[in-house]
Amino acid sequence: MAFKGKVLICQGTSGVSGGAHIVSEALKQKLHESGLSDRYEIKRVGDRGLFRDVLIDIISPNGYRWTYERVSVEDVDEIVESHLIRGEPVKRLLAGDDYRMFFEGQLRWVLKNCGEIDPEDIEDYISVGGYEALRKALHEMTPEDVINEIAASGLRGRGGAGFPTGVKWRICRGYEAPTRYVICNADEGDPGAFMDRSVLEGDPHSVIEGLIIAGYAIGASKGFIYCRAEYPLAIRRLKIALQQARDKGFIGKDILGSGFSFDIVLKEGAGAFVCGEETALIASIEGRRGMPRARPPFPAEKGLWGMPTVINNVETLANVPRIIVNGAGWFSSVGTDGSKGTKVFALAGKVKNTGLVEVPMGVTLRQLVFGPGGGMARKGYAFKAVQIGGPSGGCLPEELLDTPIDYESLTQAGAIMGSGGLIVLDEGTCMVDVAKFFLSFTVAESCGKCIPCRVGLVRLYEVLDRITKGEGVEGDIEFLELLGSAIRETALCGLGKTAPNPVLTTVRYFRGEYEAHIKDRRCPAGVCVPLLRFEVDEGKCIKCGRCARVCPVGAIAWERGSFPIIDRSKCIKCRACIIECPEHAIN
Amino acid sequence: MVKEAFDIDALIERHGRERSSLIPLLQEIQSELGYVPKEAIKAVARELDIFEVEVYEVLTFYAQFRLTPRGKHVIKVCLGTACHVMGGQDIFNYVSQVLGVSAGETTKDGTFTLERVACLGCCGMAPVVAIDDQVHGRQTISKVEKLLREHAANDVGKGEHVTKDAK
Ligand SMILES: Cc1cc2nc3c(=O)[nH]c(=O)nc-3n(C[C@H](O)[C@H](O)[C@H](O)COP(=O)(O)O)c2cc1C
Ligand code: FES
Repeated sequence: MAFKGKVLICQGTSGVSGGAHIVSEALKQKLHESGLSDRYEIKRVGDRGLFRDVLIDIISPNGYRWTYERVSVEDVDEIVESHLIRGEPVKRLLAGDDYRMFFEGQLRWVLKNCGEIDPEDIEDYISVGGYEALRKALHEMTPEDVINEIAASGLRGRGGAGFPTGVKWRICRGYEAPTRYVICNADEGDPGAFMDRSVLEGDPHSVIEGLIIAGYAIGASKGFIYCRAEYPLAIRRLKIALQQARDKGFIGKDILGSGFSFDIVLKEGAGAFVCGEETALIASIEGRRGMPRARPPFPAEKGLWGMPTVINNVETLANVPRIIVNGAGWFSSVGTDGSKGTKVFALAGKVKNTGLVEVPMGVTLRQLVFGPGGGMARKGYAFKAVQIGGPSGGCLPEELLDTPIDYESLTQAGAIMGSGGLIVLDEGTCMVDVAKFFLSFTVAESCGKCIPCRVGLVRLYEVLDRITKGEGVEGDIEFLELLGSAIRETALCGLGKTAPNPVLTTVRYFRGEYEAHIKDRRCPAGVCVPLLRFEVDEGKCIKCGRCARVCPVGAIAWERGSFPIIDRSKCIKCRACIIECPEHAIN
Repeated sequence: MVKEAFDIDALIERHGRERSSLIPLLQEIQSELGYVPKEAIKAVARELDIFEVEVYEVLTFYAQFRLTPRGKHVIKVCLGTACHVMGGQDIFNYVSQVLGVSAGETTKDGTFTLERVACLGCCGMAPVVAIDDQVHGRQTISKVEKLLREHAANDVGKGEHVTKDAK
């Protein structure tokens, strides 16, 4: 039989929200009508990481490949008739330079299968070498061998703290106990990060395989995947994947005849950021409030139900099968001295290409933002900062764009590697507002157990709030620094200890902006509403009328060739005009 | 009085009586009823042999749980980092103003519940709004206005505008 061609349709959360299901149905119908059903197979794949919904790949029976982006239902007929029947690709829909640029410079190990295989079909995973690592570990390696291999690879935790994974496993295995547990941390609470979601949606079996290998290495009887409830699609795909793995005998009793038995339970989070912290996560699985406790003892000694427990992040585990198959040397050949392998970043914000980018450790932030990121999104708005590491991380300015991405360099700059959220900010972003945003988040998510976090963060927030309302006073900045440092020294868990970072880094690198708010009662970025006057700067205005068109309440009067006039009594201060104006002419 | 529209025996059958079953039990009740009613709290406490206050303790800790019924449509406006810097707060303020409710509240006619969430994991499409778990990316005030109108129309069947009167 001749090889079949393939039509890949990206159906992660991004694809689905862009209408991938409808496009897929329409394609199926059209292929059927055109009598092409037996020459082309439609295949559902996960998101490839670039938000270009709906993304479709056509792979011809002889292996050539075309990528279409932003495909809608209306385009389906044309694609089938022109491309598949007449052999003329539809030029206007082919992925362009941005798409190429996005993938150039990436090294996709963890994301290798995302957007290439059907995440709901275990056979597809197996056909690209899936579960080979498990077979190898169980049949050719002792648990100690596995631990040594992972330790030698230099793999460090991708969930934030960067603890060496092999070392963690060895410590856990060293504690005598009736049983041990291993937990996959899929709580991904950092608001602005979506690496783990995409891996779970696009390649769930790689995480499951990593988890089983971890279980074998430490001698665990049971594994848990703790996934946040906000990811319904990831949860659905995990359930399917677990069932398939069970049916195939990769999970259960006497796996592959090795004598090793291991089960995996999926736990849904219930909406608490702090549950990403390992001791809180354990409390949550046990059915209690997710409050962290002081460490030591670390979970590796006393974890779930008091048993030695290893907790690893999704991306950490997804790396494990690849290391087992390709060897520690392969993994450690990429990266810097202290940080090996690759890291996946969730690139978002004011950058042209938003999406998942996987790069070797050690590339610089600049290479990331202006390479795959494609530079800034909006004309006339220059780069201002990157926020890296989420609520625990910091904002780094232009001068630090050449910082290499590795655990130590980022910490030195005042940010952290974190889980991999990377938000690009431009001139239209107010740094005080960003700091206040993160504080409002950590204030809401503080579990309330320790005083520095429960009370201290609120005090920080109050000061920031005053500043953004134009009520800042002399001494506020110094107070932020003093209190921020005190909280960092004294809070109980990682949440509180790192929560001041967004404030401290913005004060450190953008002091002038704080001063403008406090001394001049001005928000240079045009964000803080109480400081805005909603006036048209006639020196900058080009009379294009876009502000009038975008105003939802009709408060802006404009006629061709004249300046717009804003009716203050109708204005609801929604900022739609400010965001729309190409000339920064409204303030 | 809310009727006990959940089958506690079947739930216990599926999840067991361990303390670690508490959260999954409550999650399933909520996904059936849209919230966790008082009767459910009593029943769960009884079956797990713990105090009701222990159930409350857990319910009030996790943002997911609701103790009051929700509207027909749940609008979640994302205020995660990416959405925030892309104007999510403006969208939230607009929706809140138009519906006349703040976060966690339901319009008086029971059509919409407004919620704020911190990241739906779709940051590349920021700012994001999810209505009934359907994600809508790259929102602007005019797009959201249209979404609200469509959902209100669907429901009430009159095709009327969503205005402040909607509460
Ligand atoms: C407040 C807080 C939130 C956290 N959230 C997450 C998370 O969402 N995902 C994650 O993998 N680790 C998170 N961590 C880190 C975990 O505590 C833990 O270090 C990690 O899961 C260990 O896995 P790794 O060694 O593979 O990185 C968080 C830590 C803190 C203090
Ligand atoms: S910040 Fe809104 S989806 Fe991530």
